[in-house]
Amino acid sequence: MKPTTANLHLKTYVLILLVIIFAPLGNVLLSKGMKNVGAVTLQSPAGLGHVFIQVFSSPFIWLGIGFLLLFFVAYLLVLSWADYSFVQPASATSYGVVAMLGHFALKEPISATRWIGVLVICLGVLVVGNTHPRTTEHT
Amino acid sequence: MVWEAVFLFLIVIAGTFGELCVTRAMKTIGEVKDFRPAALVRVMFRAIQVPWMWLGVSLMAVAFFALLGALSLENVSFVVPVTALSYAAGTLGGEIFLGERVSRRRWAGVFLVCLGVTLVFIGRK
Repeated sequence: MKPTTANLHLKTYVLILLVIIFAPLGNVLLSKGMKNVGAVTLQSPAGLGHVFIQVFSSPFIWLGIGFLLLFFVAYLLVLSWADYSFVQPASATSYGVVAMLGHFALKEPISATRWIGVLVICLGVLVVGNTHPRTTEHT
Repeated sequence: MVWEAVFLFLIVIAGTFGELCVTRAMKTIGEVKDFRPAALVRVMFRAIQVPWMWLGVSLMAVAFFALLGALSLENVSFVVPVTALSYAAGTLGGEIFLGERVSRRRWAGVFLVCLGVTLVFIGRK
């Protein structure tokens, strides 16, 4: 393997790792923030304003938005060189990260079917990960 | 029924095409090699000047609101497995729209990912 190819693989994997950590973390934080706000019922404009203030005064919401922004930047960066047909399936590993976070951090029960699904995703990602991240010409 | 179909279509097609446009925008910027914060800010500034980026982000926003719409009509356990189709649509789009050469092995991996995502949502409690 040429040094440049090894380098391309390495930085692709590092960025995808960041993508699959930041996206679930952002979503879990948003979810926690919204659970604290409680079920949103839209009855009057004043009520909507109240919900708005509650949502944006929650530190979990801001932290969640911050992580989702980081996710988007990492996603854009990796797409500047890697194939979309490589990055998109590889990012599906985040389903596994969500299951882990839900199970270990939030103590959610995960069904056997779900764990099998996570395993099949990881298998698919391993197969995709074994292809070259870039098949288009260099610009 | 009609609205449901429209929403599901938009989730998969607008969402995938949006991401493909965003990818195309980033490909015109070229491979990012300098990861210092100031350089990354410059990359993001250049990215928002590419029209493909705006088209892509707009389509992704359409897909997001379609998802909200679909979730107001149907259970999440039905809606989200449908979005697993996005992986197949994305790979096909990568081939056609971005000129990526998707090998048989990569297609096999994508198929497994679709299957796994579907299982994850079937197994939802």
